[in-house]
Amino acid sequence: MLIIKNLHAGIEGKQILKGLNLTVNAGEVHAIMGPNGAGKSSLASVLAGRENYEVTEGEVSFQGKDLLDMNPETRAREGLFLAFQYPIEIPGVSNINFLKTALGEIRAYKNLPPLDAKEFLALSREKQKLVEFDAKLVNRSLNEGFSGGEKKRNEIFQLAMLEPSLSILDETDSGLDIDALRIVSKGVNKLRSEKNAFIIITHYQRLLEYIVPDFVHVLANGRIVKSGTKELALELEEKGYDWLKEEKEQEATII
Amino acid sequence: MTQQPAIPLFEEVVNGYNNLSASGSAGQESSDLRRARQTAFDKFRLLGFPTIKNEDWKYTNINRFLKEDFALDGIVAEAGAPVAAAYPKSLVEKAAIPELDCYQLVLVNGAWSGEVKGGPLPKGIHLLSVAAARQDPALSAWFEKAEWGNQHFATLNAALFTNGLFIRVDAGAAIEKPLHVIHVFTSDRNVLVQPRHVWVVGKNAELSVIESVVSSSGDTKIWANSLSEINVQTDAKVDHVVIQVSAPGTRLVHHTTVRQKKQSLYNNYTFTLPGAELVRNDLQARLEEDHTETHLYGLYLAAGQQLIDNHTLVDHQKPHCFSNELYKGVLLEESTGVFNGKVYVHQDAQKTNAFQQNNNLVISKKATIDSKPELEIFADDVKCSHGSTVGQFSEEALFYLQARGIGEASAKALLINAFAFDVTEKLKYPAVETYINDLISHHIPVAHA
Ligand SMILES: Nc1ncnc2c1ncn2[C@@H]1O[C@H](COP(=O)(O)OP(=O)(O)O)[C@@H](O)[C@H]1O
Ligand SMILES: [Mg+2]
Repeated sequence: MLIIKNLHAGIEGKQILKGLNLTVNAGEVHAIMGPNGAGKSSLASVLAGRENYEVTEGEVSFQGKDLLDMNPETRAREGLFLAFQYPIEIPGVSNINFLKTALGEIRAYKNLPPLDAKEFLALSREKQKLVEFDAKLVNRSLNEGFSGGEKKRNEIFQLAMLEPSLSILDETDSGLDIDALRIVSKGVNKLRSEKNAFIIITHYQRLLEYIVPDFVHVLANGRIVKSGTKELALELEEKGYDWLKEEKEQEATII
Repeated sequence: MTQQPAIPLFEEVVNGYNNLSASGSAGQESSDLRRARQTAFDKFRLLGFPTIKNEDWKYTNINRFLKEDFALDGIVAEAGAPVAAAYPKSLVEKAAIPELDCYQLVLVNGAWSGEVKGGPLPKGIHLLSVAAARQDPALSAWFEKAEWGNQHFATLNAALFTNGLFIRVDAGAAIEKPLHVIHVFTSDRNVLVQPRHVWVVGKNAELSVIESVVSSSGDTKIWANSLSEINVQTDAKVDHVVIQVSAPGTRLVHHTTVRQKKQSLYNNYTFTLPGAELVRNDLQARLEEDHTETHLYGLYLAAGQQLIDNHTLVDHQKPHCFSNELYKGVLLEESTGVFNGKVYVHQDAQKTNAFQQNNNLVISKKATIDSKPELEIFADDVKCSHGSTVGQFSEEALFYLQARGIGEASAKALLINAFAFDVTEKLKYPAVETYINDLISHHIPVAHA
């Protein structure tokens, strides 16, 4: 589904991703962990097409197409979804209108007929239930005055509505209390299928108890420095990231 | 005396005035009204058309709009016989607001046929064409104001108006459904049209009016110089929406004076959309008695090489009055916006609350905005504030929307609607709000940055 090869990218002249490789297949859940400032959000931004990042080297193929060649809206229409680490507030744009527009444009891109008002409402109700999203929030301005947790849950609600093939969750767990974490995880688990894939960026092993990943990667200094299975997350929780740095430095000296 | 022989319209206006005086039309008016016309005309001859040397026109150069020949519309029309010209019906369809339950009437170049759609008018409201009203001795007084200060165009209108709409609401009458007045401007030659409208909303009466301004596009140029006087009597409530969606080739100048008596409420919402090459609105609220409440909301969306100028004045003459003003502007392409908001608080007007805000979204590098708040306060116990901002699209917001599959044009339309939301949400009727939002969205894809 997603093949990232030797990705180098930076922002404002600062190199952040330095030769990153990652392959994600349909049906898989990958967790990406790593210290603050390692470049996790940068990776998510580059994949989603944020303009101020400059890709200097490497390639990304998404379902066989060149992802880097597409504008952000095309990436989304092709089935890529980023749940933002810091969802912004847009006063005056109603949540539901926004979703109606988004779904409409995605469906048009896929040559699907638009949903009528009734169908849209039914879909919205079903997904609200799935991710236990408060109906009152659905009709409010996009994220305006939402608590941190409500914003994160709105991201998952949008994910449920748009049914992407690849979802990137950027620290969706931070700022969530244990109940909200359980609800969000339950939602994601219900949305998991053989056809879609998830990249879950997180600091804490906690989330991975609920959403069990197939693979765990450590991103440090702009690269994936270690990959393993869910046991790696436990090890990281115990030992932190410093031992990896040492390992990496050794590796660097060897090279 | 300012002679402006270089301006063909100036000569035409002088001839027009002579014709009007000679025709029977003005002859049937009261001598006071004829005197008022003469005073106004003498004043206009002194003032001439405004230039950028006039403080009120500093950023609005109308030179390029005064080059063509224009004929004066309506001057030779016979007394008391309002003739509504033929007009493209599509203009009325364009102005009609879907799902709005209202009384609809159409004025063509200021002339009303007498027809009202949307059922018989309820008791308590009286509509009359100005062609008739100005010759009615009982109503004449409403047209006799002669002093328009240095308002070039209001003065010109006061000298030469022949038609328009007179609205009177009896004391205590609450008119439930809104009145939708559609002003159509159309002509097969270059014309200057000068309708004058007077509303008198009686004590404790309630009235809601939506005015749409549409015009036919073609090779002909239309100058519409409208003058409205809105008299809001004690305890009366008036809700007033203006929607300007005129075509290129149209130049709109609209002076509105609102006079508020004790404890009255006046709300104005002025929407100006792409189209007319020049729009100049002068909205003046004169708070002549105490405990009044006034809300002025404005939204201007300028595109092409359009010039949209909103000059407002809130004149706090008496104590305990409240005024609030919010104007928002979106400047696309090579357009120019001007906002000048004056708040004048007289020495007598203690306990005044006056707030003003003007926010602008400048979307293209070639668009400009001149925003100028002016506060003149001569009372000491008042609360007044003003603010003015100029900004661009939030890149973050654009990216968020695009990351959900929304194309750039739709994303911008959503953000412009969101920017306008503070104004549109204040509208009383959801149908009008929807109509305005659709108008905004409709103009975005065409008028992208
Ligand atoms: N807009 C920006 N301008 C300059 N540097 C940035 C910007 N955004 C992020 N960075 C830098 O990029 C590096 C990686 O940040 P980020 O991807 O947010 O890390 P993570 O998500 O792993 O904590 C950090 O050093 C951060 O300071
Ligand atoms: Mg981050």
